[in-house]
Amino acid sequence: MKKTALILLFAGALLSGPISTSGRTASWSGVDETVIEKFAEKAGRPAWKPFINTDQGDLLLFVFLLAGAAGGFAAGYWFRVLFPPRRKNEVGRILNHDV
Amino acid sequence: MIIKILAAAALLCALPTPAFAMHISEGILPISWALLWYAAALPFVMWGLRDLRRRSEEAPWFKPLVGLVGAAVFLISCMPIPVPSAGTCSHPCGTGIAAILIGPGLTAVVASIALTLQALFLAHGGITTLGANIFSMGVAGAWVGWGVFTAARRLGLPWIAAAFLAGMLSDWATYATTSLELAAALHGDGSFTTMFSLILLAFVPTQLPLGILEGFLCAGVLKFVRSRRPELLRTVPAGGAA
Repeated sequence: MKKTALILLFAGALLSGPISTSGRTASWSGVDETVIEKFAEKAGRPAWKPFINTDQGDLLLFVFLLAGAAGGFAAGYWFRVLFPPRRKNEVGRILNHDV
Repeated sequence: MIIKILAAAALLCALPTPAFAMHISEGILPISWALLWYAAALPFVMWGLRDLRRRSEEAPWFKPLVGLVGAAVFLISCMPIPVPSAGTCSHPCGTGIAAILIGPGLTAVVASIALTLQALFLAHGGITTLGANIFSMGVAGAWVGWGVFTAARRLGLPWIAAAFLAGMLSDWATYATTSLELAAALHGDGSFTTMFSLILLAFVPTQLPLGILEGFLCAGVLKFVRSRRPELLRTVPAGGAA
């Protein structure tokens, strides 16, 4: 009971943190870009535009989709090489063994 | 004990403070600092490449494992995860589990490939700051993850607890190193220690929960590999033993 209450407290604090304590709404902006760049600007070192600037309109969504598909394909390919699907008789043997 | 830590973490997470992230954007570091971090990261990457050649000759499954881990590190480190406690998004690193599975040297290699692709095509990080980003994620994160896992196993902790600690602390070490890199380059006439502390504290609301998440991720992946192909953990320090 105590354990469940603490886990619920943890989850609740995570979910309601920005609203309950400050009243601000979450921006969900990527901290990589916004905060480091703001901090660097204060120090007189504003970030440059990327050499290949894909951060224009929906172009960034497109390259992220491509990157996700390529990365996912590579991960899936190597996963099947390393962890081939179990054969039917092997699954049966494992299940029987479990019983 | 874990419940108490989670409760303390929840209270810390409820403090709404701006957060900083790991990938340092293009042009932020002065050229001298950018070159220094390139020079610091390069020996680790070279050592990792030599390690790949040697270990691939010993085990035929090693290259596919490096391929899988590399793809996973690339995907994990460019996946923004919303952190409700901070109201922002950030990403885990994946270098803790990578270091356990393929070693810290090769983790620097796969992290450098992932970070180069992100800097070139995803407007994430930068070419001038690549050395610093490789050092924080691929070197500091990897060595802390590997070191914590090894030390925890030698101290007799169960492997799942060791993996959790390795994943969590490797994430936090990455962000601590980024704070150090930023503070060292940008403190100007001000105090380095003050700036370092400010940046480090600003990371807490975002990275505290993400570090815990990364700990669970690390433990979960290791549990899966141990149950499906324990022979892949033959070279892991004390990983094969229960």
